[in-house]
Order: sequence, then structure tokens, then C-alpha cells
Amino acid sequence: MGLLPLETGGEGFHAPSADDFNLPPLFPGVPWLAWLDKYMLQAIVATILIIIFWLVMARKRQMVPSKSQFIGETAYFFIRNSIARDNLGHDFRKFLPWLIALFSFILINNLWGIFPFTLMPTTAHAGWAYGLAIMVWVVYNGVGIAKHGFGGYLKLATLPAGVPVFMWWLIIPLEFFSNIIVRPVTLALRLFANMFAGHLLVLVFVLGGEYLLLESESLVNNIAGGVSLVFSMAIFGLEVFVQCLQAFIFTVLTAVYLSSSLAEEH
Amino acid sequence: MTPLELTGSLGIVGYGLAAIGPGIGVGLIFASVIQGTARQPEARGAMMGTAWIGFAVTEALAIIGIALAFVFGGL
Repeated sequence: MGLLPLETGGEGFHAPSADDFNLPPLFPGVPWLAWLDKYMLQAIVATILIIIFWLVMARKRQMVPSKSQFIGETAYFFIRNSIARDNLGHDFRKFLPWLIALFSFILINNLWGIFPFTLMPTTAHAGWAYGLAIMVWVVYNGVGIAKHGFGGYLKLATLPAGVPVFMWWLIIPLEFFSNIIVRPVTLALRLFANMFAGHLLVLVFVLGGEYLLLESESLVNNIAGGVSLVFSMAIFGLEVFVQCLQAFIFTVLTAVYLSSSLAEEH
Repeated sequence: MTPLELTGSLGIVGYGLAAIGPGIGVGLIFASVIQGTARQPEARGAMMGTAWIGFAVTEALAIIGIALAFVFGGL
């Protein structure tokens, strides 16, 4: 895939491409472990870590919080207040555990991208983002149908209040397209493509810098490669920010979609 | 004979074009946040929450652009 200008083909530098994200199974010789690749292992470890974290945080509650309880409560209140309550209004409690699980899972799986021994965000593989988005899609549609009934929910989702009758033929397909079809696609693509592009950027800086520093003959190129390697640390810093932001955005948008399918009819 | 021959994918040029709009959009969002903060500093928290959501929605266009640059990279 000749996307990057440094690609020379054959000998020399190989620009990082989408193929770098298709990892082989961890144990290629064992057929019944063929499903276990790096992404799956990271997701399993992340799930175990999250369960342990929230169990420990929920166990020893004291009136005067200890340091660990303070950390847990800060994380909990952040999701509870600034994501769930601000977007869902008064009946946010029902969805709070799910939103917390979603946020923790996405955050830890994104942060695998900067953890030194993994260096690959789980959600940079498109399937994980699609799975999360499909789950969100099922939940927000299911919640809407459970509350308003099937016809009522379709009316709520596809027909904004106050649209005159002669515009219905235009508005209803547009709103259906945007609310039912496009929402999960953009939700998944946003998360996946941010992680994908971020990891690709790191690969370009590190691999390109390494190549220029060690393989190139010219002194200018060596200096540029060294600068690129140093600068890759700044890219890692940017990645931490983007990874936290995308976990936040994913959860906020989930809460917004939930509240839009829970809204009272006008 | 062409004076300058470029090889590679048109996808990277397309991505450059696709990044113009989101770039302007993200700039507009944060310009408004800065203006709003200057006018009413205590409303900064409420504005930042909305700004991050707007930022993510706008930035998604650029991100979809880079994903499509890879999808059509072989063309």
C-alpha cells in the first residue's frame, strides 16, 4: 500500500501500513487457541483488571476515605456526574453501571497503546470498535422500544416535533438514516480510526526515525532521525490525551443517544 | 517526458483535501470557546463540555478521511 512518500519497495524502508494491525495468533501451533491473539489477550486482561479495580474500590468504604478510596470515588463521581447525570437527567441511575463498565473498558483498552509491554490499543482493530458500537446500538434502541413501544419509538426517532405534514416524506427517511443507521457507524469509526491513526503516527515516527538514524548514510538524515525519535515521545503524550478523550466521548455520546431515545414525546 | 514524476497513492492527496473542512471546523469551535471564556469566565466549564463533544464530532470527519485513504489506498 504505497500511501507514504518514504515507501521505496523491495529493499530499504517499509512504511507502516494497515497490515501492521493484523497480528497473528499468540500460539500459532495450537489450533484450539487460534482465537487468542494480542487484542483478545489485552481485552481479557483489561476486563479482569477493571473488575478487580471496582471490587476493591467498592469493598472498604469508610466515612473518612483512604487514598485508594479517594481515587475510586473521584473516578466514579466523574462518570456519574459529568457523563451520566448531565446527559441522562433524573433517571440516570439505571444506566450508571453499564456506562461505568463501558468507560473503563474503552479507557483501559485504549491505554494499552502506550503501556510499554503491549504498545497496541485494542480498539485499533476495527472489530472491537464495531462490537462496542453494536452493543450501544442494541441498548439505545431496545431502551427506546421498551419505553415507547415499537411504533412510538420509531415516531420519536424519525419525526422531530413540529414538522409540517407536507415535509414528512423528506424528514422521515433522513432522520431514520441519521439516527438509526449512521449513529453506530460513526461511533465505531470515530473510536477505531482515532486509535488506528494514532498508532500509525507513532509507527511512522519511531520506525522512520530508526531507519534514518541507523540505516541512512547522510548526516542530515541521521540528525533528522534522532529528532524524530525524540519527538515521538511528544506523540505518545498526544496519544494519552486522545485515548482518554475518545473513551470519554464514546461514553458521552452513548449517554446522549440513550437520553434521546428516552425523551418524552412532545 | 514529465518533468516531475510522482508515484504512490492518490489517497494521501484526498486525505489532505478531506482535512481542510474539519480543520476549519475545529478552529471555529475553539475560537468560540476562547471568546466565550473571555466574555464570561465562570461559564468555562459548561462550554468546555460541549466543546469537546463538538470537537469529537467534527474531528470524526478528518478521521473518517484517513480511514478512507487507507481503504482506497490501493487504487
